[in-house]
Parts: sequence; structure tokens; C-alpha cells
Amino acid sequence: MTDTSAQKPAASAGDAMMPLSRIRNFSIIAHIDHGKSTLADRLIQTCGAVALRDMKEQMLDSMDIERERGITIKAQTVRLDYKAHDGLMYQLNLMDTPGHVDFAYEVSRSLAACEGSLLVVDASQGVEAQTLANVYQALDNKHEIVPILNKIDLPAAEPDRIKQQIEDVIGLDASQAVPISAKTGIGIDLVLEAIVTRLPPPKGDINGTLKALLIDSWYDAYLGVIVLVRVVDGFLKKGQKIKLMSSGAVQQVERVGIFRPKQEMLSQLGPGEVGFFTAQIKEVADTRIGDTVTDAAKPTPKALPGFKPAQPVVFCGLFPVDAADFESLREAVGKLRLNDASFSYEMETSAALGFGYRCGFLGLLHLEIITERLSREFNLDLITTAPSVIYHVYRTNGTMMEMHNPADMPDAGQIERIEEPWIKATILVPDEYLGSVLKLCQDRRGRQIELTYVGQRAMLIYSLPLNEVVFDFYDRLKSVSRGYASFDYSVSGYEEGDLVKMSILVNSEPVDALSMIVHRARAEQRGRGMCEKLKELIPPHLFVIPIQAALGAKVIARETIRALRKDVLAKCYGGDVSRKRKLLDKQKAGKKKLRQFGKVEIPQEAFIAALKMDEN
Amino acid sequence: MTEITPAAIAAHAGFGVYVHWPFCAAKCPYCDFNSHVRHGGVDEGRFKVALLAELGHQAALQPKQPVRSIFFGGGTPSLMSAGLVGAMIDAIAGHWPLEPGVEITLEANPSSADAGRFAGYRAAGVNRVSLGVQALNDPDLKFLGRLHNVAEAKSALALARRHFERVSFDLIYARPKQTVSEWSVELNEAITYGPDHLSVYQLTIEDGTPFAALHRAGKLVTPAAEAADDLYAATQDICEAAGLPAYEVSNHARPGEEARHNLVYWRYGTYAGVGPGAHGRLIAGGRRLALSTERNPERWAAMVEANGHGLIERAPLALSQQADERLIMGLRLSEGLSRKAFAIATGFTLDEALLGELAAQTLIVMGEDRIAATGRGRMVLNRIVYELSNALKPAAQTAA
Repeated sequence: MTDTSAQKPAASAGDAMMPLSRIRNFSIIAHIDHGKSTLADRLIQTCGAVALRDMKEQMLDSMDIERERGITIKAQTVRLDYKAHDGLMYQLNLMDTPGHVDFAYEVSRSLAACEGSLLVVDASQGVEAQTLANVYQALDNKHEIVPILNKIDLPAAEPDRIKQQIEDVIGLDASQAVPISAKTGIGIDLVLEAIVTRLPPPKGDINGTLKALLIDSWYDAYLGVIVLVRVVDGFLKKGQKIKLMSSGAVQQVERVGIFRPKQEMLSQLGPGEVGFFTAQIKEVADTRIGDTVTDAAKPTPKALPGFKPAQPVVFCGLFPVDAADFESLREAVGKLRLNDASFSYEMETSAALGFGYRCGFLGLLHLEIITERLSREFNLDLITTAPSVIYHVYRTNGTMMEMHNPADMPDAGQIERIEEPWIKATILVPDEYLGSVLKLCQDRRGRQIELTYVGQRAMLIYSLPLNEVVFDFYDRLKSVSRGYASFDYSVSGYEEGDLVKMSILVNSEPVDALSMIVHRARAEQRGRGMCEKLKELIPPHLFVIPIQAALGAKVIARETIRALRKDVLAKCYGGDVSRKRKLLDKQKAGKKKLRQFGKVEIPQEAFIAALKMDEN
Repeated sequence: MTEITPAAIAAHAGFGVYVHWPFCAAKCPYCDFNSHVRHGGVDEGRFKVALLAELGHQAALQPKQPVRSIFFGGGTPSLMSAGLVGAMIDAIAGHWPLEPGVEITLEANPSSADAGRFAGYRAAGVNRVSLGVQALNDPDLKFLGRLHNVAEAKSALALARRHFERVSFDLIYARPKQTVSEWSVELNEAITYGPDHLSVYQLTIEDGTPFAALHRAGKLVTPAAEAADDLYAATQDICEAAGLPAYEVSNHARPGEEARHNLVYWRYGTYAGVGPGAHGRLIAGGRRLALSTERNPERWAAMVEANGHGLIERAPLALSQQADERLIMGLRLSEGLSRKAFAIATGFTLDEALLGELAAQTLIVMGEDRIAATGRGRMVLNRIVYELSNALKPAAQTAA
């Protein structure tokens, strides 16, 4: 390949092979709200990939949930053509990666597809826990990192302090940090030059057999499954027979292309390039993130390192509010699974809630996203039961079962021991809230591993049981630190714990959907909290309703909902009984939002809100 | 009672005629009734023609039924001329036979101007008045937006007793900051005026009223639930002790002095409603109809002029709706309702197991046939009706 083809500007240059020396693959690492998507938008705009009139915010976040929450769930790439100050055209592949801990594996694969990262830090907020985790991942992937100080136009910006912080906390040289304002466009040209001059070009063998990293995939109604890849060696060509190494499945490539961010079809992708292909692939589940794509006729002997199958860590039950919607739920989870192979489900039956699904998620954000998509995209009203982790139950007969549903808990006599997953959590918190955060971690059975200071902030490393974290840890952390603490974690292993099944009884009958596995030492507090919350959420009935938390037959907490005192209309106006009947009809229509449990009607919110309680 | 037939049930409940006069001299800030202020005056002649026409229209729907009660409500019907009241009574008597001792009630404001028309109303045939006294202290009357003071209320009461065989009046309690002892003093004083019927309403904040806006803004604070309950309990005790037991949620009477008009509603009889924003329940062509008229007075009059009636609703009620209405109305009364009559009239039976549970909670009392809410049950009537309504079973199913 000669250099001449690259002199032509981008428009139709796609098929021409760009020399590796003029390709840069990079991702952007940032804490939520620190300006990642705005910077991406600005880079796209500056390189002219999108006409000004087509610009919208968060160009790369295509899902509504991504836009609204300002988060990235699916990886996206965009190829930009940049004419650098040296007069040459460069191909820049921007990889927009998910930033949340739930998607840590996806992030690691996206980062593996790049040689460098832009580390965006808010010049007034500084480094956050989530940023740290992702920077370490980038360093693990041997990335060159360019620090960028965003929002320098804001009065609260303290670039020098934040630079120092980057050096202290992360150990990166921040003297060359690029000061920018993604919002106003200040410094964007400096960022583009830094990408070209400071990030290394990819390495790859144009004569080698095809070896490409599967970065992500999703389902497209028109094209079927779209697979995002980074070619390492060789070429990925239209019509080529390829093999997915983890499953051994062979497919014929139908289309090859890139995003700009609109799709643009090409005939091939070469070493160092990032793009997509489609084949006759039916389900996203058939394309595993981190897998190696190779030539079926001449497969590479060695897959790319780092592949792991997706492992759900959090489980919960999803039930339709209206039992008649079960069929719709069945269809909806099936469709979502087509697009998200990391989410698993199996049918579940509950005495309180009827038919539903027990679903597995990568983490709590993933759980929230899936339930939100189910309600939004499929118009389903859902009840979500208490999230659970996977326990290892060792039975006296020598076998071990993985358990994530309290309903599956064997009798105490059959249990030899139970082990639960623990995590290593990193928390950054301003000094003034340290005390509250320490207390929270202690209350949640945490073990402190490390406490260091980063300027005004404490950096805490804690070992915590995951079941204490999935409950409402993150909400509590935000609340006790007034939103200033940031948090990240990784699963560290299993440890034995004194775990028991706590049942909740409403009007003396156990409500299966509210039972949960808890540590014995925490049972009373959890039980009391649960009973108090249910007392608030279940409206008074005509009779007194006892609410109890119990371990086996032993009641450990109790609350009582007093009988309804007053509910009557004082007046009766001129025979207008219609008005009263309409009020009754409205009340009856509201019954759909209630779950009849024995003689008690439990509002659906109770199932959700009881799991998000405040603790004193 | 002998055999219960649909005809016997209807005859027991009776038939009444309601006439709505929608105008007031001023709008009270708590009131969400269909009342309107016309500073430029009201063309009584136009409304008279329209009222008479609508009466004729409704008489044709359900003719021949003897009238047990006529009720002039509002609004402020004591702003009507005695001549118009007399013309309405005569017209009603022309369309339907009147039961012997027919009750003819007119709601009146206790202001002196209105009281001045009492003699004329009596002459026109009115034999019962219901006075909107509401309170017996001037600051509270002012707060409630009433145009009269306590002295006027007292003289109106005295005048009413001279002219009419039966006198009732209304009081509103659970006013902001009202204590049980203050209210007890006031209610006891009211009883010394010798009413044979009292309507005692708890102040309710209705949507769309000036009070609702004040309430939302936190400038009007009604007594908390427990304080309101204490006030309600005191009301029951005082009235009971004075020989005026509650025969309905908010109504008290000496035995035999119950408002027959309201009993028609609560026993789920039939009633014609004429005038703007009036409601009716009539049986026409073998079907029970829900009827209601246009609320705006001038629009209503124009509709009557054009069509002979101002009805905006004339819809047959499904049996399940009738069952709900019978429960809503019947359980307000201390006499309750007959289970047999309920099943015959609606085709639904009440869930005996649920009734048993409610009785065990002392929320209702069950006789051989009748069920009735207890004092405690009446406090939570909406919920009781809701439970019973959810548990209704088709009578055929239980018979089979």
C-alpha cells in the first residue's frame, strides 16, 4: 500500500488502506457528567463527520435511556477524518465505551481495541472512583493516556489542583494535560493534535491471517446482528467465511462497514481499523464480547487474550403488575435477550405475584436499565423483587448448589455452610463525610483494607459482602455523602457467612416475594426496616394488619397497621349518586395496582419501595 | 312485610321531585354545588317557563307515580319568588298524584330578606324549611362567607317555626382550630332552638373552591384526622342525648322527623331532577335511567327552550351499577338495607362471609334480613362499600 491513497480526503477513501501510522484508536474515560459525551460530540463536529444541522447532543448514545441518564450502555464507534497540523490526513477511531462498573468486562474489551485514551476530568470536581477503575483498566491494556481538564471556563475550575490530583492519585504525568471546555469548544483542536502526536498508532500484520476482536454487538431490525470489531491482523472482507473462535461457528460476511456515525459500507477492514460486519447471525447471544473473529479457511492458531463469558451477578424476580400481562412479559424478555446476551432469565412462580421471570444481571445499573426498557419499550408495568446475589450452598450430602432465589433455600438441617460473594470496593469521599461513609461500610459488614488521602478526599478500600451492596448501598452512600462520594467495585471471591432466610408475614401469612437471604447479625435491623416501610406503604384496611419479619418460626420484628379510621363522604348533594359511584369506580380501577394477598391488598409500590428503605 | 316484589321495593322507597334554583347572592368559599351569582339580576320569568317545561318532559318519562316529597334546593331557593314556588308545586301536582301528607321542603338562607318570604312560601304549600345556619358565632359565619349573622339566624329560626310545621337547619363543623369543647357548646346551643331535624356536615375541602386554594397554600388548616374524629364522636353523642340520633352519616332527626326526600335518595327510590345541574333516577320503559341536566343556568334555559329539556345525560344503568348505587346510598342510613330486596332489585347477592367478617369487626350489624353500618362502620363507609362491591356475586350463581 502506498501513501498516496491516503492523501485523498475521507469521503470515498474508506476502501483504501490507510497506513497504520496514520490510524489512531482511542477511547474516552470520564466520570459521569464530566463531559465525555460532549467532548465526543465536539470532536465529531470539528472533524465534519456530521453536518451542523444533524448534530444533537450525545451523538453516540442512541438509546433513550442513555440520553436521559447521560450514560453509555452499548459501545459505539465513530471514524473521523482529521487533517493534522503536519498536513496529513489521519483516521481517528473514537470508541465510546460504557463507563459503569456493571459493564466492566465490556469496558475492558473496548479498551483492548484501542491504543490510547483521553482521560477527561472535570477541572473543578477532580478524579472520581469510577474514573480510577477505568484508568487502571486502560493502563492494564497498556494505553497511552492524555489527561484532559474539562470545564476550565467555569469559575470553580482549579486546573492546577486537579493536575496535582491526577499525578498524586493516578500517578500520571499531568503537566501536558490539555485544558478545554467541551461545551464552548475551547481547546478541541489541541485535543485532536494530542491524539495524533501523543497516542501511538496501532500495530498489525497486513499479511497475517484475519484476527479481529469482537467489541460488542447488537440487533438491528434491518441488518440483523451487527458486530463491532477491531481488526488486529489481516483483512475482514465482504463475502469472506469467518469463524467465531469461542463457539466455532462459521459465518459468511454479508456487509462490512464503519460508522461516521452513520453507517458507511466498505469492502473490507484492515489491520488497526475499527468497524462492523453483518453475517447471517440470528441472535446477539451467538456473538460473545471479547471473542476472536478469524478466517474460517485459515484460522489463527491463537485467540486474542482476555475472553470471558458473561456472568450475571445480581438476580431478581420480574412480575407483571397485571397478571394478564405475563404473555407480553414473556415476549418482551425474549426480545430484549436478542439484543443483550448478558441478561438471563427463567420462569418463576410466586404465590403473591403469580407468574414471572427470575432474571440475572451484570449489576444493579444493568437491572435498572433492563426493567426500565421493559416498561418503556414494551409498555409493561412490573414488580421487581429484592435483588439477590449468587450464594454457594454446601449441603451435608457433600454437594454444592448455586442459589439466588430465597425460595430455593434448603432446610437448615441440610445445610453444611453457605458462602456469599464479596467485593473490593473503592470509595472516594470528601473528608467531612468520611465518618458517615465509614459507619455505613461497617454497618454493612465491611472490612477496611486501606484508608489514604488524596488532597481533601479520603480514598477508602473496603471488602464488602455483595448482598449488602445490592440492597441499597449505593443510594445510602449518595445520601450520607450528599452525593459527593463515588464508588466502584469488583467481585473478589466467596466467603462463608452466617446467612439465613428472612420471611415477611402480612396478616400472618408469608409473602414469598418479600423474603430474602440476610446475614444473621443484620436480620433484625433489616426486618425492622422492612416492617416499618410496609407499614407506611400498605394503606389501612377495615381490620388491624400485623406485619412481621421472621427467621423460621421466630418473629424478629413486628409492626401493626391500625384499622382505617375514617373514609366517608360527608355530603350527598341533590341525589347525585353518580358522582359517588364514579368515585367507587375509580377506587375499583385502582385495584389493578394492588396485589390481593389473603385479605390484604398490597400496593405494587410496596414490593419495590420496601427494598429501598432508609436506615437510621 | 309480605312477599318482596320489585314493585313493593319501589313503593317502599318512594318517588320525589327535586327542583334546583342555581342562583346565590354570593358564593360561599367552601361550596362546590352548582351555584352562580348574577350581579345583573336573574330573569325569573324565563327560568319559570323553562322549569315548567322540563317538569313536563320528565313527567312524561315516569308518569302516574305518587309524589312523596318535593324539594327546592340550590343555590339559594329562598331567592325564588313565592309565586314561582307555588307555580312549581301546582305543576307537580298536575303531573303526578301527591301522596297524602306530601313533604314540601325549601332550602332557605337565614338572612332577613329571605325570611321575609316565609309567609308566602307557606301559602304556596311549602311545609318544611331547611335553613343554612352553618355556625352560631359571627367570626365563623364570616369565615364561611355567609351573608347572615347569628342574630339574623336566630330570628329566621323563630320565624320559620311560626310558619312551618317542620324546621331543619344545617351546621358545618371541623372548622379550622375548632375544639371539641367549643363545638359542644355551639351544638348544644343549636339544639335549644328545638329543631326536629339537623344536618351536621364536617367541613370538607372540595376541589376548585376558594377554600381548596387556601388549603393548598397552607393558609387554611382543617383539624387533623384524630381531632376531626373526636369532633364527629362528640356530634353523635350530643345529638343522640338530645333525642336527635343519626339516621344517616350527617343527618339527625327525632324519630319520624327524618327528611322523607333524602330517604327517597338513600332508599334508592326514583326521583325527577329539574333545573340546571339536577340529577334524577327514573324508571322508563322498564329500565332505570341516570339523568342529569346542563349545569350552566343560561345554557340550560336555552336548551330547554330549544328541546323542551336540559338533559345532558339519560343513560340506562347496568344492574351492577344499580347494585353499587344501592350500597352507596343504603348503607348511609342507620336502617341499612334489606339483603332480600337488594338481591331481587339488582340480581346480585352480598358475600355472606365478608358480611360476617365485617360484623365481627363491629363495622356492620346483621339482622335476619337487614344489614346496617354501625357508627364506627359509617366512618369507613367508602371502604365497606368498596369491599362489598368487589365481592358481589350474581344471584343466579348462588341460587344454582
